Amino acid sequence: MLISVTNLRKVYSSGDEVEVVALKDADLTIEHGEFVAIMGPSGSGKSTLMHIFGCLDQPTEGTYLFDGIDVGGLSDDKLAEIRNKKIGFVFQQFNLLPRTSALDNVILPLLYNREFIDREKARLALDRVGLSERYHHHPSQLSGGQQQRVAIARALVTEPTLIMADEPTGALDTKSGDEIMAIFQELNEEGKTIILVTHELYIAEHAKRVIFLKDGEIVSDKRLKNRKISKVAGVMA
Amino acid sequence: MNLLETLKMALRGISVNKVRSALTMLGIVIGVGAVVAMVSIGTGATSSVTSRIQGLGSNLLTIMAGAPSVGGVRQAMGSATSLTIEDAEALKKSVSTVKNVSPELSQNAQVVYLSQNTNTSISGVMPAYEEVRNFHAAYGQFITKDDVDTSRRVAVLGQTVAGQLFSAGEEPIGKVIKINNIPFQVIGIMEQKGSGGGSSNMDDTILIPLSTAMHRVFGSRSLRQISVEVASADQMDQASAEITNLLMIRHKISDSSKIDFQIMNQAEVLNTLSEVTGTLTLLLGGIAAISLIVGGIGIMNIMLVSVTERTREIGLRKAVGAKRRDVLFQFLIESVLLCLAGGVAGVGLGFLGSVAIGQYAGWGTVISISSIWLAFFFSGAVGVFFGIYPAIKASRLNPIDALRYE
Ligand SMILES: Nc1ncnc2c1ncn2[C@@H]1O[C@H](COP(=O)(O)OP(=O)(O)O)[C@@H](O)[C@H]1O
Ligand SMILES: [Mg+2]
Repeated sequence: MLISVTNLRKVYSSGDEVEVVALKDADLTIEHGEFVAIMGPSGSGKSTLMHIFGCLDQPTEGTYLFDGIDVGGLSDDKLAEIRNKKIGFVFQQFNLLPRTSALDNVILPLLYNREFIDREKARLALDRVGLSERYHHHPSQLSGGQQQRVAIARALVTEPTLIMADEPTGALDTKSGDEIMAIFQELNEEGKTIILVTHELYIAEHAKRVIFLKDGEIVSDKRLKNRKISKVAGVMA
Repeated sequence: MNLLETLKMALRGISVNKVRSALTMLGIVIGVGAVVAMVSIGTGATSSVTSRIQGLGSNLLTIMAGAPSVGGVRQAMGSATSLTIEDAEALKKSVSTVKNVSPELSQNAQVVYLSQNTNTSISGVMPAYEEVRNFHAAYGQFITKDDVDTSRRVAVLGQTVAGQLFSAGEEPIGKVIKINNIPFQVIGIMEQKGSGGGSSNMDDTILIPLSTAMHRVFGSRSLRQISVEVASADQMDQASAEITNLLMIRHKISDSSKIDFQIMNQAEVLNTLSEVTGTLTLLLGGIAAISLIVGGIGIMNIMLVSVTERTREIGLRKAVGAKRRDVLFQFLIESVLLCLAGGVAGVGLGFLGSVAIGQYAGWGTVISISSIWLAFFFSGAVGVFFGIYPAIKASRLNPIDALRYE
C-alpha cells in the first residue's frame, strides 16, 4: 500500500471568518503500481488532495500514511527529503527554470540529495522522454510539449515510486497531450505509481482508476475496464 | 547540496540580470572604495607628518624665550629677552642628560642678490646646529667655530631661498648677498627638509654665525630659542625637568608659575599630531563606512525584489526537495558574492583614488594589506548582514503558495 488516508479534512482559513473546507472526510487507499486519475469540477479540491498526497501540504485533520510513514507531524525538511527521494512532480505550467538548459533543469532534484551528482542520470531521463537531441536547449527554445517532457524527465531523474501530475496536459494541444499520456502509460507499465489530476474526461480515460471529487468529497471511485491506450511513435526509446 | 553547486547556482542568479547586478554592486564598489581611499589618505597624512617631525631630530627639546601661555595673555613666543648664550653654555656644562645645545637667534630680514630680493628668516646659529637640528649642509660647508669667533659675514642658504635668489644653473657658493644691506658671502646650501610640523619652513631660511647675527645684523644679546639634543629618547622628561630647574635658578625665579621660558618636547608634539591625524582617519573612514552601509541597503533592496520575482522558482526548488537551508544559502551566497565582487572592484578604485589624492597632496599613499583585508571582510559582512533577511524570507516560503504565485 503506497497511500492511505483516513478521515482527511483540509480547511483553509483565509482572513478572520471565511473558512473554506477544501476536503471533507476523505478515505482512500492507493496501491503501488496504480494509475489513478482524479477528476472533478474546478474548485472541487483536486489540487488540495494532490498537495497532501505529494507531501507539499499537511491535512487539517485525519491521518495520511505514505509508503508506511505517518506524514502528519513531520518537519518541513523531512517532507522535503521524502519529496526529493520518492515523489516526482509534473505541473500544468511546467515550472522549468528559465534561461537554464534542459539538462540543468533535469539535474535540479539531484542537487538536493546528499549523494554524488550523476549527470548521466539526467541524460538518461531526457533520452527516456525522447529529448536526446535537446540537452542544451533552453525552455524558451522548446515547444510546450517538449517543455512538459523536460518536466517529466525532471520528475523521473531521482527514480521516485510516485509521479504526481496536476493538469499536465492543461496547457497543451491534443497531440502533445497524447504524447504526454503515452509517456505516463509507459512509465506505469514499468511499475511506477501515477496520480494524475485532470478535469478532461478524455485524459482521465487513459488511467486505470478514476476518482471523482465534488465540493471536497469523493463521490465516485471506479476502475476502468476499457481504458484508452496512447502510443505515439518516436517518443519513447 | 554541495558548495560548488550552490556557488554555480548563485552565479547564474547574478548573471541573469547583469545590469541590475552591476548597478547594485556599484553601491558596494563606491562604499569599499571610499573606505580604502579615506583610510589610506588618513594613514598617508599621519606618516607624512610623523616623518617630518622625526626628521627634526627625535631627541629634540626646544626652549623658547617667553612665558608659556596661561590664561590667554602672553608675549609672542621668542620675543622675550630671557634666554642668553650663557644659559645655553650652562645647560651643556651642568645638565648631564643634555648632549648638545644649539643657541639660536632668528628674525626676518630683507635679502638681496643683484636684482633678486626676498624677505626671509635669518637665523644666527652655532656649528652645533647641524647635529642638534639634524639639518645638514648639502653643498659647500657649514658655519665653523672660526666663523663664529671672528663674527664672519658668511651665510648658508636653505633650498627655498637659494631657489628664489639664484637662477637654475647659477653657482651660489662664493657669491655675495646682502642681508639688511650688509654683504654676506654664501658658503653653503642646506639639504631639503620641508616644513616641520607647526614650525616655520626650514628650507625658507638663511643661517649665519650667531655672533654675526647678534653684533652686526640684529644688535640683540638675547636668543630666540635654544635647541637641546637630549642624550637618549627615554631621558626627555628628566632632561626637561633638569633644564627647568637650572634655568629657574639662573633666572632667579622661585615660583614655577612665573617662568619666562617654555620647553617644547618634539615627541609630545608628535604624539598630539598623530592623535589628531588618527582621529581624522577614523572620521574619514567612518563617513566612508556609511556609504558602504547605504550600498548594503541597496543589496538588500535588490535581493528582496529578486526573492519576490523568483517566488515560483523557490516553490519549485522546494517541491523537488530543497530544504530551508538550501534556499537560504543560495540567496545568501548570491548577496555575499555580489558584495565581494563589489569589494574587489572597490579596493581597486580606492587604490587609484588614494594614489591620485596622495599625488595631489604630496604625500606617499599607504595602502596597508590589513586595510584591504578589512575591506573584504566588511563587504562580506555587509553581504551577510543585508542578505540574511531576504534569504530567510525566501527559505520560509511555503512551496504551494510559491508555486501558485503569479
Ligand atoms: N491557499 C488557499 N487558501 C484559501 N483557499 C484555498 C487555498 N487553496 C485552495 N483553496 C480553496 O479550496 C478549494 C479547493 O481548491 P483546489 O484544491 O485548488 O481545487 P481544484 O484544484 O479542484 O480546482 C477552492 O474553493 C479554493 O478556492
Ligand atoms: Mg487545481
